[in-house]
Amino acid sequence: MTRIAAIAVFWTCLLAVLYLLRRQRNVAFWPLLALSAILLFNLFFTPHFYNLEMRGGHLYGVPIDIINHASKVAVLSLGMTLVIGAGGIDLSVGAVMAIAGATMAHLNIEAGMAPGYCILAALATGLLAGMWNGFLVAIMEIPPMVATIILMVSGRGVAQLITSGQIINFNNPVLNFIGNGFILIPFPFILTLVVFGVTYGVTRGTALGFMIEAVGDNEVAARRAGLSAKTIKFLVYVFAGLCAAVAGLVHTSNIRSADANNIGLYLELDAIMAVVIGGTAMTGGRLYLASSVIGAILIQALTTTMYAKDVSPVVAPVPKALVILAVCLLQSERVRRYLADRPNRAQGRGNE
Amino acid sequence: MRQEPLLTMRGIEKSFPGVRALKDVDFTLRSGQIHALMGENGAGKSTLIKVLTGVYPRDGGDMAMEGTRIFPSSPRDAEKFGISTVYQEVNLIPHLTVAENICLGREDRAAGIIRWKKVRERARKALARLELDDGIDVEAQLSDCSIAVQQMVAIARALDIDAKVLILDEPTSSLDEAESDELFSIMARLKKRGMGIIFVTHFLDQVYRVSDAITVLRNGQLVGEYSAAELPRLELVARMMGKRAEEVKRLEKRAAVTTKSGRKTVISVRRLARKGSINPIDFDLNEGEVLGLAGLLGSGRSETAEVLFGVDAADAGEIEIDGRATKVDSPAKAMRLGFGMLTEDRKYSGIIPNLSIKENIILAMQAKLGPLKKIPPRQANEIADGFIKALDIRTPSREQLVKNLSGGNQQKVIIARWLAIHPRLLILDEPTRGIDVGTRAEIEELIRKLRDEGMSLLLISSELDEVVRNSQRVLVLRDRNKIAELAGEDISEQRILHTIAQ
Repeated sequence: MTRIAAIAVFWTCLLAVLYLLRRQRNVAFWPLLALSAILLFNLFFTPHFYNLEMRGGHLYGVPIDIINHASKVAVLSLGMTLVIGAGGIDLSVGAVMAIAGATMAHLNIEAGMAPGYCILAALATGLLAGMWNGFLVAIMEIPPMVATIILMVSGRGVAQLITSGQIINFNNPVLNFIGNGFILIPFPFILTLVVFGVTYGVTRGTALGFMIEAVGDNEVAARRAGLSAKTIKFLVYVFAGLCAAVAGLVHTSNIRSADANNIGLYLELDAIMAVVIGGTAMTGGRLYLASSVIGAILIQALTTTMYAKDVSPVVAPVPKALVILAVCLLQSERVRRYLADRPNRAQGRGNE
Repeated sequence: MRQEPLLTMRGIEKSFPGVRALKDVDFTLRSGQIHALMGENGAGKSTLIKVLTGVYPRDGGDMAMEGTRIFPSSPRDAEKFGISTVYQEVNLIPHLTVAENICLGREDRAAGIIRWKKVRERARKALARLELDDGIDVEAQLSDCSIAVQQMVAIARALDIDAKVLILDEPTSSLDEAESDELFSIMARLKKRGMGIIFVTHFLDQVYRVSDAITVLRNGQLVGEYSAAELPRLELVARMMGKRAEEVKRLEKRAAVTTKSGRKTVISVRRLARKGSINPIDFDLNEGEVLGLAGLLGSGRSETAEVLFGVDAADAGEIEIDGRATKVDSPAKAMRLGFGMLTEDRKYSGIIPNLSIKENIILAMQAKLGPLKKIPPRQANEIADGFIKALDIRTPSREQLVKNLSGGNQQKVIIARWLAIHPRLLILDEPTRGIDVGTRAEIEELIRKLRDEGMSLLLISSELDEVVRNSQRVLVLRDRNKIAELAGEDISEQRILHTIAQ
């Protein structure tokens, strides 16, 4: 009985949020609508989907799994939103995850360093990688796609060098906690919220977000208005590198081993997808941070639902692609104009 | 009996988010008629044309070609109905040849393979109909041709599809006088053949020279349709501005400028130069004075301003401010010195299209403060609302995206951006380009007001009368050199032209 009441309360809140977002013409409406559709589907067709349990002070359940597993991509997507908003793209974040993970494991196991230093060193590698990308894009003016592909390809090699080609296993309570810990809810999701808070604070608490949007939307005009486009572009890549390092720590800690070949593999693409689903234009301009996180959760919700429905992993990408395509189409102005204009056209044909 | 109209548009409606761009607009074009479409920026001229050519679907109203209702869904679709457009910036493909551009999309094919010989022949024939065939090489790459030739090619394309309605949107804005004359004679020939021509321009002279009828729009509504012969010029300007004729007379009179001499020099430019852009130049900018830069395109007008503002850093010379020599190597540096610059190309280097009016206005101010000192939202709102009111920016709200505004209102937003940082020197590069008479008068009024408040202004304009009307001193430039400096009574269009022509 209480469960039904809880579900009812949850859905009432969700619908209220949707209604508000729609009224404000908020971009987050579309990804949240798609996410709601998946949740609705699961309400009817996946038994136990909504069963949340408290075990030893931890919350367990499918929705908790979803936000847990969505964390890596969500963190990546926050950095990616800034990069894309500034008119760029960062394809190297998956590889940077591997470098950060390798650094952490190597320093802990081979050098015997304390976990705190390992984490700081790993974050520093992300910072360095971001500075490298920022240098190539902002200072050397190499097109972002080309500039970041360099690290995307070579980054895994760097990670291999750090691990000497081995998979390094570790078992340290602090390091394990990053990817597996719980403080009521999974620690990776708490990290996501923290990174979100930091990103939001940095971009909206200062004028940086506004400046990124101005540079992304019209770099020439922004420069003529006195903005340093170079500095801003450099900074967003540094931030994306840092986010990638955080995501890399989560992933590595989660599997308790640094596997340079597989950590963060293809996750740059999921991150870009999350940003696009979130409504940030690939051509730069407006930043939608919360919307990107919802995008990341949507992607994971789809994946988890497919596992729950025993869809074979071989065909799973197809329905996933279809849902994402639908969200992107709904955001396209052309499609919306067409849908809004349909009665008009139909009438026109009838009269001709 | 009157002949049936070629094109009728009745009760056309079109809205964009927050803006009702067209309200119940009628337009009628007869064959063999040159019909001028007039109005200020934001009047709805371009929207009406975009509805006609299928760029925008209409929200309401009826459109008919020779009595048949039409619903064009794209410019290509409109071509099928016989409606062809030549836009301000020619909408052809620069890397293709003249012949390819004329026949694009309708090439003669045999078994799927384009027969180039036939294509070239057809292109020549289309150009011949304009009596231009010997001047234009159909195999030349379009981007190598002058703008005038490109426009002729666009018109030839219109003929090749047997268009009945030809739309010329600001066709003469990038043409010189001889080229404009040629265009007008072609228009006369097409008219004789029974084509209906819609002519959009800001040049009143040209309207009276070629048009038979004039339709005036204002704020998205139809003001009226008039016979060109029966509408006096002043009356037309008055209708466009929504004012009575007497008011306009007053406005023109007030344009005369009185000069005060002996003003304090704010900025001295000494031997400032940049290779390939300007030769060493000297001039002073005084408090409470407008310095005009006159010269032909390529004379170094805009280049001087860009070097001064640090867009392109100078490689020699210096700028002296309050007696101290400084170098300006970036717009940010120029702004710290108290400069502001309205750039020539609004779209390319002026507006941030997807940001709001408010954000566009506070941009320079925020850039000057740096990222850490964010302007509090309430203050930003106040600043934006203040300028929207002071400059009469027509918008339902400060949150409107700048791309949804008309050109004149966009220009006001950018002026507001610079006024927000209280510059001591404001550089205005073509402040009234592509802007209607009404907003133009408002901007000129504003220039006078800022001058009287003690600001120093540098005014660049390709409209000589604008420079003459508004400047206390004028630098005349030719071939990247300063060739004369005129002041006070000496400033006249005639004098400037003579100086340039010397």
